[in-house]
Amino acid sequence: MSNPALELASEAGEQLARPVPADSPLAIRGLTVSYGEKPAVFSVDATVPARSMTAIIGPNGAGKSTLLKAALGIVPRLSGRVLAFGVPLAQVMHRIAYVPQRASVDWDFPTRVIDVVLMGLYRELGLLGLVRRHHRERALACLERVGMAEFAGRQIGALSGGQQQRVFLARALAQDADLYLLDEPFAGVDAATERAIIDVLKALKAEKRAVVCVHHDLATVTDYFDHVLLINVRRIAEGPVASTFTAENLQKTYGGRLATAHIDQLKLPAA
Amino acid sequence: MFALFLDALLLQAGYNAALVALGAALLGMAAGAGGTFLFLRKRALVSDAVAHATLPGVGIAFILMVALGGDGRNLPGLLLGSAVSAGLGLLAVQWIAGRTRLAEDVAIGAVLSVFFGFGIVLLTIIQTMTRGYQAGLESFLLGSTAGMLFQDAVVIAVGGALAAAFVVVFRRPMTLVAFDPEFSASSGIDVRRMDLAMMGLVMAVTVIGLKIVGLILIVAMLIIPPVTARFWTERSERVILIAGLVGGLSGYLGAALSASAPNLPTGPIIVLVGFAFFLVSLLLAPGRGVLAAVIRRRQFQLRVHRRQGLLALAHGEAIFDPLTLAVLRREGLIRQDGVATEKGRAHAAKTLRDERRWALARRLYQDEAVAGRYDGLTPIETVLTRDEIAELDRRLGPPAPAI
Repeated sequence: MSNPALELASEAGEQLARPVPADSPLAIRGLTVSYGEKPAVFSVDATVPARSMTAIIGPNGAGKSTLLKAALGIVPRLSGRVLAFGVPLAQVMHRIAYVPQRASVDWDFPTRVIDVVLMGLYRELGLLGLVRRHHRERALACLERVGMAEFAGRQIGALSGGQQQRVFLARALAQDADLYLLDEPFAGVDAATERAIIDVLKALKAEKRAVVCVHHDLATVTDYFDHVLLINVRRIAEGPVASTFTAENLQKTYGGRLATAHIDQLKLPAA
Repeated sequence: MFALFLDALLLQAGYNAALVALGAALLGMAAGAGGTFLFLRKRALVSDAVAHATLPGVGIAFILMVALGGDGRNLPGLLLGSAVSAGLGLLAVQWIAGRTRLAEDVAIGAVLSVFFGFGIVLLTIIQTMTRGYQAGLESFLLGSTAGMLFQDAVVIAVGGALAAAFVVVFRRPMTLVAFDPEFSASSGIDVRRMDLAMMGLVMAVTVIGLKIVGLILIVAMLIIPPVTARFWTERSERVILIAGLVGGLSGYLGAALSASAPNLPTGPIIVLVGFAFFLVSLLLAPGRGVLAAVIRRRQFQLRVHRRQGLLALAHGEAIFDPLTLAVLRREGLIRQDGVATEKGRAHAAKTLRDERRWALARRLYQDEAVAGRYDGLTPIETVLTRDEIAELDRRLGPPAPAI
């Protein structure tokens, strides 16, 4: 199996064999993304179960964020298919809400908290639609859900990191989607914000929506999520947290970068 | 000169001056509003490359029109030529920045100078070609309004109105793309096409501005108004409005000024008037202005003294600093003899409590934004959410009884 061509062939065969369940909110098959000639994501499959909370786990530079962006078509993909709710994703973009990393925008931008949340209604408002009172009330209700209603009139530059993340989540809530894709929603936020966010996400799941998070904190995986995708450019393992989030799979994903002692401290599901 | 200026302001300084003033005002509005998106998207300098890239188009259009037996100075023809070469310049910048390993600033520098150099070569050739006959193309460098025709003004007016309409229709997606391109893409906006549309708008403004301010200074009309407007508001749609207003006023006042005395070049005067608006905003704007910052600093100092005083009261320490004593007395927190009033004791207790909350918050939140907001002065309720404060209080336990 040292012949790379053979390896590719077997990989492709595997993909054909992996069926797409019709009710999966997000199914990715053979997704490859490359900046230049070094692949950032190589031939990755993923199948998000309906009504689940899925974590995408992997070391820095493993292509977690890129996988999400490529699935959404924000960065171009070299190959691969992405289905959402059983049809090509581009056809059901209106049922999907995406929360980028908060560091990806300039927080000195001249805009207020409520305006950011109203951006979530762009599909409804279109080019010239006026922002009416019921739009504003919906935006406020979304802010209330993340505990930020009093901050509606604030300039966004005056927010803490955790508050910025909450505003981004409120904007996604305004989109009223069936599939939520979040890029590192817990990165650099305070404990109260982390709890506020996870409460909202669990409520979404209870409403039978699906949530997918790029996640970096291995210690909280078993508490927060029920499905996990481990990648390091390639797909390492995927499945229910209980059977997939194992020391062996983590070792495979992180290689030497994750000390065995560290793995021992994690609350791993009983094997 | 003042009487002349007044005449020009009221469009009474002659037909040509009135045409120029109205044209400049329309151009200023379109440039200011359109330039806002450039400013918000942080691509201001690309407009400089686009502007300089118009020059070869002007030259080639002139040569073509003369070769075809027409009038080489036909303005729509020249503008069309300039638009084509500006478009090529823009594509060149995007291609270099996107497809090679060179950064955008390098691409801008290269395109700007090469296109401009080529344009100058063409202009020189044209001058020898039409010996004894002034083509007058060099007026596109710095603008010239001396011989402006009614039809020139119409071209500018129509172009300005189209640009303004474009801003009204596409302001929402263009703002969204400027703030958060990734989210925009996920909301069904074609980011690449929106960027292209934005640059198309800038190109259109540049081209119609060639006649009045010229290609070297047009970038000022795109950038100064939004930067000025940013001082006055924290909301993007207001930045667009104010920038349009500042641009329009600069154009109008600048044109009137230059008409009020001989030998005052219109384009540069317009830019200087815009700069005056910028300077006033820089100094006097509330919030972001320099003067406001000085005043805030003084108020900050007073708040520091207030806090020190209240903490001293809470700890039962004596206060000696005359400024601290003055601040506390003015608010009725202490009596003339320095003993705390009831109000003073209540404030002191709250200050101490907030101090403990902050100490805990800074330890809990490894977050530069929260730590940065800590000054012991801003009421904690305005920085943290209710549940965040409740969490702190839960960890701190019940408050100590007031002294």
